[in-house]
Amino acid sequence: MKKILYIAIIFAALGWGCDDESFLNKEPKNILLESQIWEDESTVLSIVADLYVRFPEFQTVNRWQEFTNFDEAFASSNGDYWRHKFSDYSYGSWGMWDYELIRHVNLFIEKCSLADELLLPSKTRFLAEARLLRAAYYFEMVKRMGGVPLIVESMQYDFSGDPTYLQHPRAKEHEVYDFILAELEDVKSDLPNDVNIKSRATQALDLAMQSRVALYAASIAKYGQNTPTVSLPGEEVGIPAQMADTYYKKALDAAEELLLEDSYSLYEKKENLSDNFAKLFQDKANNPEVIFVKDFLQSEDGAISNPWTLVNQPWSGAEDLEGGRLNPSLNLVQSFEKLDNTYETFQTVDDAGDYIFYDNPGDIFAGRDARLEGTVMIPGSKFKGKDLDIWAGFMLADGSVISGAYFGDSKLLPGKSVEEQVVGYDGPIDSREYSAQTGFYVRKHMDEATGSGQRGLKSSTWWVRYRLAEVYLNAAEAAFELGQPAKAAAHMNVVRKRAGLTIPLVASDINFDRIFNERRVELAFEGHQLWDMKRWRIAHKVWNGEKQELTNDPGKADAVQTRVFGLWPYKYYDPAGSENNGKYVFVEKLPAEVTQAHRFRLGNYYSEIGDGIINRNPLIIKNPNH
Amino acid sequence: MKKILLPFLIGVISMVMVSCEYDNYEKPNARLYGNIVYQGEPINVKYNDVKLELWEPGWQLSNRIEVAVSPEGGYSALVFDGLYKLIIPSHQGPFRSIENAETNSDTILVQLKGNLNMDIEVEPYYMIRNNQFSVNGGVLTATFALEKIIKDVDAKDIEMIYLYMNKTKFVDSNYQIADAELAADGIADMNSISLSRTIPELVPAQDYFFARVGVKIAGVEDLLFSAVEKVNK
Repeated sequence: MKKILYIAIIFAALGWGCDDESFLNKEPKNILLESQIWEDESTVLSIVADLYVRFPEFQTVNRWQEFTNFDEAFASSNGDYWRHKFSDYSYGSWGMWDYELIRHVNLFIEKCSLADELLLPSKTRFLAEARLLRAAYYFEMVKRMGGVPLIVESMQYDFSGDPTYLQHPRAKEHEVYDFILAELEDVKSDLPNDVNIKSRATQALDLAMQSRVALYAASIAKYGQNTPTVSLPGEEVGIPAQMADTYYKKALDAAEELLLEDSYSLYEKKENLSDNFAKLFQDKANNPEVIFVKDFLQSEDGAISNPWTLVNQPWSGAEDLEGGRLNPSLNLVQSFEKLDNTYETFQTVDDAGDYIFYDNPGDIFAGRDARLEGTVMIPGSKFKGKDLDIWAGFMLADGSVISGAYFGDSKLLPGKSVEEQVVGYDGPIDSREYSAQTGFYVRKHMDEATGSGQRGLKSSTWWVRYRLAEVYLNAAEAAFELGQPAKAAAHMNVVRKRAGLTIPLVASDINFDRIFNERRVELAFEGHQLWDMKRWRIAHKVWNGEKQELTNDPGKADAVQTRVFGLWPYKYYDPAGSENNGKYVFVEKLPAEVTQAHRFRLGNYYSEIGDGIINRNPLIIKNPNH
Repeated sequence: MKKILLPFLIGVISMVMVSCEYDNYEKPNARLYGNIVYQGEPINVKYNDVKLELWEPGWQLSNRIEVAVSPEGGYSALVFDGLYKLIIPSHQGPFRSIENAETNSDTILVQLKGNLNMDIEVEPYYMIRNNQFSVNGGVLTATFALEKIIKDVDAKDIEMIYLYMNKTKFVDSNYQIADAELAADGIADMNSISLSRTIPELVPAQDYFFARVGVKIAGVEDLLFSAVEKVNK
């Protein structure tokens, strides 16, 4: 009897389970179906947000180390000293071959176009944003790899066993640039024109990007002539020289169209010009200069907060047990002009070879471009209202030095009976991580809000990808290359005036070195350097692998900068009546961890395409010099 | 403790013995070696700077085997028997390849069966001749001549001359204790070039050092070097 009951129960259970079709066709509760996504604006927005988050980046606030690869800064961190101990950049460096990203944005564009339930104004905007992002992705690829296959539709494999129809050859380098520029032009009118939109695409971003893209293409066409071996016969790498002027014109037109826009202007809200320059990267309220950012929020969540202030805060006032990693180099610091528009290295000794004594450690840096102290924390300056303590030790009258091995170390000075502090709480101390091993800390992107240096909070400061000052400099460079130096000077003077350089440059002052140095000082630590050096084809001259001393010719574009140098302040100790007792002297210093000279080979102009990619698609040809 | 030690050891040893059987592949047996030469004379280069490539055709995926050229101009690769294509990529070395009669290109076909000593003849842009080092009053002076080898459309100018010193036999821009440089416009006579540099203090002290000169040819990335020479202080 029992048996029968069991069998009956089993049958009933099975029969009931199979019977009901809708039971198996229930809608899942943990994932969204495609049809559900495309009917709601907010879910589509979340996909667009994902496309923004995946914006490719090389040097950025999350990756402070990448700024120390070249000559702008030293890496004061045990795990990163190797960045100053190798010679050749590997051919694969900075490479990018991300067709997953391209496929995802292509799919987005296709599916969004078909989404009938999406309301028109937002649908148009989404599509325009996606196409602008796709253009930006291709820009990131072309500046690293040269011409890449232009895939503008998602590809589908038909499982026939023969994938050759999915293989596409590389486009010519200028074809990729032309595609980007055409797309940007095409979507511009579909984007909002609102100065308060910073983390999504706007018409201003579109124009700023056009000017940057066209400028890159133009300079490759022009300066590519200087490196004839960096080219391929099929023009996958290399742009014909005669195309240069068209691109320069495009860059100038796009930049000037944006500069005419009233709603955007340079950030000029603070009286102190250095503070103003630093504040420009922090002020999120009505910032008229910033065009496009990656935004952050102070939070425990590491994915959304900005770690820059935490990892780079001065050790003496650190809010947590770390900081001080990025040390701007003397190479960069001496590139800031004097207020009379001339260049000068720092005067540490007089003509007779004797030390020059300074009353205050900041005096040696006085009378320079205000951007210096807006970009770099110099000895004697403050951060978050606290004095920095950067000095390397006591220098005695005989030239010998008494210093310590720890932050603020104490030792007995000659003639004294009590030990006293012999080195600053910020260093510089060779090989001591987080100390200012070049004598400088970074100020750009540093957040002055309390808590921004705590691991559990970090900073809300945004990462500025595009801002108006760059557009001015793009316009200046394009005008200069088109033979309009007066116009170039006019654009540059706007940016320079904001930096306190009030004596205007005139047409005859403008030359390539001026263009180069203005970008170097204005856009330091904003991720421009490598791409600029590449497109001007001077990277292999500046980073030539030779161990040369620091150049005495700051402001010269092709001066050798293979190693980063520092400038160390010492307190002079001569209590036996010298009037210089307690004053500061400075010594140019090669940090002990800098042991090798960087070499940028011709094969580094375009990153290596791996054998794996070529094996999968034999139509891809290698980049030159690999 | 001792009780478990013995079984443990036996276990480890037996595992080692067992895995020997299965994990080991036959080792490469064919050594391809030789020098990069011009008329039989090796061409000296920078350490780990110039690389040849070996490709073995016939496999589904092709990956190169990179072979570095030693500072003295030698190369050596330990591989398996087989047919290889040896190429010197066009941008490598201060020289250009000579067209191979068999392949009508710069590719050299190499049939390996056991060891093979093969010198690769190339055409350098320049050769360093009559190189001499002399020490006088703590100053090292190098004198040499430069002979232009390639004079056709590919001819290139000199860009820079370097003198390097080091305490070991590795002497180039990376491995050096002192260097001197001379730009091309400072060269009056290609048959007698001289460069000098004060010898720095050697720590720890040794009464000899090594030196050689490097020549940077315009538009050519890799430097041409003279042979490393041991110099008494």
